[in-house]
Amino acid sequence: MPVSSIVKLEKLVGKRLRRREDPRLITGTATYVEDVKLPNLHHAVIVRSPHGAANIRSIDISKAQALPGVLAVYIGKDIVGVGTVPCGADLPGLRRPAHHILAQDRVYLVGHPVAVVVATDRYIAADGADLVEVDYDVLQAVTDPEKALAPGAPSVHPEWPDNIAFTFHQNGGDIDAAFAEAEVVVKQRITSQRLVPNAMETRGVVADWKSNDRSLTLHTSTQIPHLARTLLAGMLGIEENRFRLIAPEVGGGFGSKLNVYAEEALMGWISMQLGLPVKWIESRRENFMVTIHGRGHVDYLEIAAKRDGTILGLKLKLIQDLGAYHQLLTPAIPTLSVLMMPGLYNFRNIQAEIIGTFTNCVPTDAYRGAGRPEATHGIERMVDILAAELNMDPAEIRFKNFVRPEQFPFPTATGLNYDSGDYANTFQKALDTIDYQGLRTQQAEARAAGRFMGIGISTYGEICAMGPSVATPAGGWESATVKFEPSGKVTVLTGTSPHGQGQETTFAQLTADELGVPIDDIVVLHGDTSIVQYGIGTFGSRNTAVGGAALFYALQDMKEKVKKFGAAMLKTDEVIFEDGHCLDPKTGASVTVQQIAGAAYRGIVIPKGMDPGLVVTKFWEPPNFTYPFGAHIIVSEVDPETGQIEIKRYVAVDDIGNQLNPLLVDGQLHGGAAQGLGQALWEQGVYDDNGQLVTGEFMDYTMPRARMMPWIESSHTCTPSPVNPLGVKGVGEAGTIGSTPAMVNSVVDALSPLGVRHIDMPMTPEKIWKIVNGSKA
Amino acid sequence: MIANSFEYSSPATLAEALGLIADGAKPLSGGMSLIPMMKLRLASPEHLVDLARLPELNYIREEHGELHIGAAATHHDVENAPLTRGKCPLLAETAAHIGDIQVRNRGTIGGSVAHADPAADYPAALQALEAKIVLRSASGERTVSTADFFIDTFTTALEPGEIVVEVIVPVEPGLTGTSYQKCLQPASGFAIVGVAARVRRDGDNFGPVQIGITGLTGTSYRATAVENALTGKPATEETIRAAAAHAADGVDANSDLHASAEYRASLAVSYTARAIRSALSRSA
Ligand SMILES: Cc1cc2nc3c(=O)[nH]c(=O)nc-3n(C[C@H](O)[C@H](O)[C@H](O)COP(=O)(O)OP(=O)(O)OC[C@H]3O[C@@H](n4cnc5c(N)ncnc54)[C@H](O)[C@@H]3O)c2cc1C
Repeated sequence: MPVSSIVKLEKLVGKRLRRREDPRLITGTATYVEDVKLPNLHHAVIVRSPHGAANIRSIDISKAQALPGVLAVYIGKDIVGVGTVPCGADLPGLRRPAHHILAQDRVYLVGHPVAVVVATDRYIAADGADLVEVDYDVLQAVTDPEKALAPGAPSVHPEWPDNIAFTFHQNGGDIDAAFAEAEVVVKQRITSQRLVPNAMETRGVVADWKSNDRSLTLHTSTQIPHLARTLLAGMLGIEENRFRLIAPEVGGGFGSKLNVYAEEALMGWISMQLGLPVKWIESRRENFMVTIHGRGHVDYLEIAAKRDGTILGLKLKLIQDLGAYHQLLTPAIPTLSVLMMPGLYNFRNIQAEIIGTFTNCVPTDAYRGAGRPEATHGIERMVDILAAELNMDPAEIRFKNFVRPEQFPFPTATGLNYDSGDYANTFQKALDTIDYQGLRTQQAEARAAGRFMGIGISTYGEICAMGPSVATPAGGWESATVKFEPSGKVTVLTGTSPHGQGQETTFAQLTADELGVPIDDIVVLHGDTSIVQYGIGTFGSRNTAVGGAALFYALQDMKEKVKKFGAAMLKTDEVIFEDGHCLDPKTGASVTVQQIAGAAYRGIVIPKGMDPGLVVTKFWEPPNFTYPFGAHIIVSEVDPETGQIEIKRYVAVDDIGNQLNPLLVDGQLHGGAAQGLGQALWEQGVYDDNGQLVTGEFMDYTMPRARMMPWIESSHTCTPSPVNPLGVKGVGEAGTIGSTPAMVNSVVDALSPLGVRHIDMPMTPEKIWKIVNGSKA
Repeated sequence: MIANSFEYSSPATLAEALGLIADGAKPLSGGMSLIPMMKLRLASPEHLVDLARLPELNYIREEHGELHIGAAATHHDVENAPLTRGKCPLLAETAAHIGDIQVRNRGTIGGSVAHADPAADYPAALQALEAKIVLRSASGERTVSTADFFIDTFTTALEPGEIVVEVIVPVEPGLTGTSYQKCLQPASGFAIVGVAARVRRDGDNFGPVQIGITGLTGTSYRATAVENALTGKPATEETIRAAAAHAADGVDANSDLHASAEYRASLAVSYTARAIRSALSRSA
């Protein structure tokens, strides 16, 4: 073989590459569920309860059945042999209401499915749905979790009159000693309102049953194709290996598609009944009504501290608004809040109680951050309240209580083991970036002039890379397959299910660097259970930290394989693998990976003890979670006349470990911050007492818009995670977690001259106006 | 989110359209208000007549010191036409505040005034401009003042079979300063309150002033108490504040999730002051 001069390849990891996904997304050529068209496709529209609570007296489907084009109308009693909607979370004594895919004799929330109409097109199905007549005996609903817990409240499920689904206790250290030792105790009730995840693409399902093969193909907009297949196969009583679940292009999830929904099973069942493919596309209104919501906390918090600001312990009573049912992880979400309650602080005593409460509302479940934003908001607010009580600077009190670098790995009061970090360093960088001391001087001047300027700090920590299998209901590992095709092109199959995170790009970057092949020769596939080996999916900032790590190990195995083939081809024992070549250091002879791939498939040179082909699959179990952290600081000014809040500056310093693609990191942080500010300022899922979702459309539910966003001055520190070989921690949720308390702390700080200590979210202008006006009176 | 089935006609002439409307068909212009209601099945018209494509309704022209704006002129047209920008900047500025660019590209001035949404933007400007609204049916045409046209929430002087064909606004004298100030409802982008002001100076004093307010109550109105408290008084911040305090006088303010009556009224005062200040700064 000729001695070649091997060209050094440019490393792509760490580069700000644009997403390879984007051209198809922005030219409208991506295939979402709605784009799936099959021969003889039929369409389903669901009849839903207009009442928050009611008994169903009778349902008359005759007019709908008589409408030309209507094939079938089903109601609850028609559905036989289908399992209930699963809940994967388990807590001691958890009460599990049977969650049927169509209502039986009672409805528990507005939007509860009571009937389904299948027709030759969607328009006829909608007309048919209008013709279904349901006679309801309307009952009293209860939508506020605290009201639901009050004696005499209507019961959501008559079998559990107290509306309590579970109570859960977690204690660490010695809380009584901490409060006995305390020189100061501060208390506050803090709410974290219901939020509607609002993925840009609503949910949708296309089910296609082929009875001859006993096989079901289900296209569904999900974050967890494999888990959804396992669970839906169980519900429908079909064989997993004859069940192909495809998550095509998924237009956002934010946790709302980390679930298994009634409609997925319902469409599968209908297709099996009719022997026809059937499609259901969720309308935006349905998405508001029946796709899970996030948050829904009422927290009673108490902090015990010394006068010098040292935090001794924390008590939490957390009332979680669960909604009417448990979706996949509903009861587990508040337990994540408890885990993260200590934040970045070095105290060891905690007492937490969760009261999971049924309401006549749509279930809450994982929404971007899932439990951690609530915890971070709680602790970051409480630290500010403590600082105010002690007349201390909120920056100083944080420095005083941070876990110190030499304490890692740090076991927390809630049983976690923080992996790495230097909190003070990151925080100092944020303070320096924004010129904290200078700002405080400016603030004093502004106050003297009667203006309301605020500086809000949030130093957040989060738990990412879900997660070790012991801590996740269905396994917390991830999988990757790397295949060389005979031509030397590379196909990567990831068990994660990216839907906006950009792993088709970042995983290709990683693969290109490791294997020395051009990025254009690499394809990353995901989301089809018939193509990809089993995987867990995308949520909890795990794609790169768990899925990327699995891929990294698969790539190492692949390199070993390639080297063996290379050595055999070069007829030597030992080769160096570099820049896409195997090189014999003794002779300088080399072969390219492409040549090796061709040879491996032709089977002519098979190294001893090896088989032909070049395919590696790796399942990887992470040893721990990862714990990104950061500091967000927001400067704001309140207009006392209108209550309007202006964000003047937003500085974020995030430590997410190493970064595969800083451009995509920016995107995740910006999007996250938008959602976090959304909670602080605008978004709220409001139910009235009858169970109507008052903010059930975009005309009333305020989504953050580009024009409402501040400029985010974003920078980083980097303590690589020791948990995975990439040193990455996860960035999917950081912005959401860090931003909210910084915003609230900023406005509370602005209004603190009026004696304000706390404001519940969202901080609407009217709320602020009332605070300012009330204080004048 | 799927409308009931309906018939759709796109006639070539206004006369044909008026004939169909006389027979009970419903006018469709930009569809930006009507189609959402149909998709929610809150409106189920059996027959729609498309006015947006009628050349006879699609114009902006100047005649005898006035601007004539055809009912099918889009918000985008009104926002950007050199005639409106140059000669009735208040209307152009107001149009720019409506919805988003997609809505402005389709929505029309005729549709907006006919719909009479209490939170719509145009009515504030039309009140301040003392605009005339031209209505036509198969049997004839009449012109009504803005003050007479808007009656209540979604209620106008339109009779069955009648449509809006034109809006007439004055060519703004060069010395007048105008401004539209809007507090938008953050979710929908509609006005919580919107205030349009036209201000003339008289030396160091306020000369004639017109103020139109939308969003505060069931329909738009002229804030005459504010106007009276300005005209003839020194053009100072004190005068502005004192006058603006009358913005919600005698008005039964709307209340909803986004703003209680009390807060809305207070916003009306603040935005009236802003509009006056801004208009004053633009007057010569
Ligand atoms: C997302 C969104 C945001 C919006 N934001 C704003 C906003 O900020 N401010 C604002 O002012 N508006 C807003 N609108 C409404 C918008 O301005 C509409 O365009 C306007 O209200 C109606 O005009 P149209 O031409 O679309 O009328 P259509 O929707 O076609 O018709 C509305 C009604 O008027 C009738 N009609 C139509 N044309 C005539 C006519 N010539 N004569 C008699 N009757 C007629 C129709 O039969 C119907 O009842 C918004 C709309 C949307 C969808």
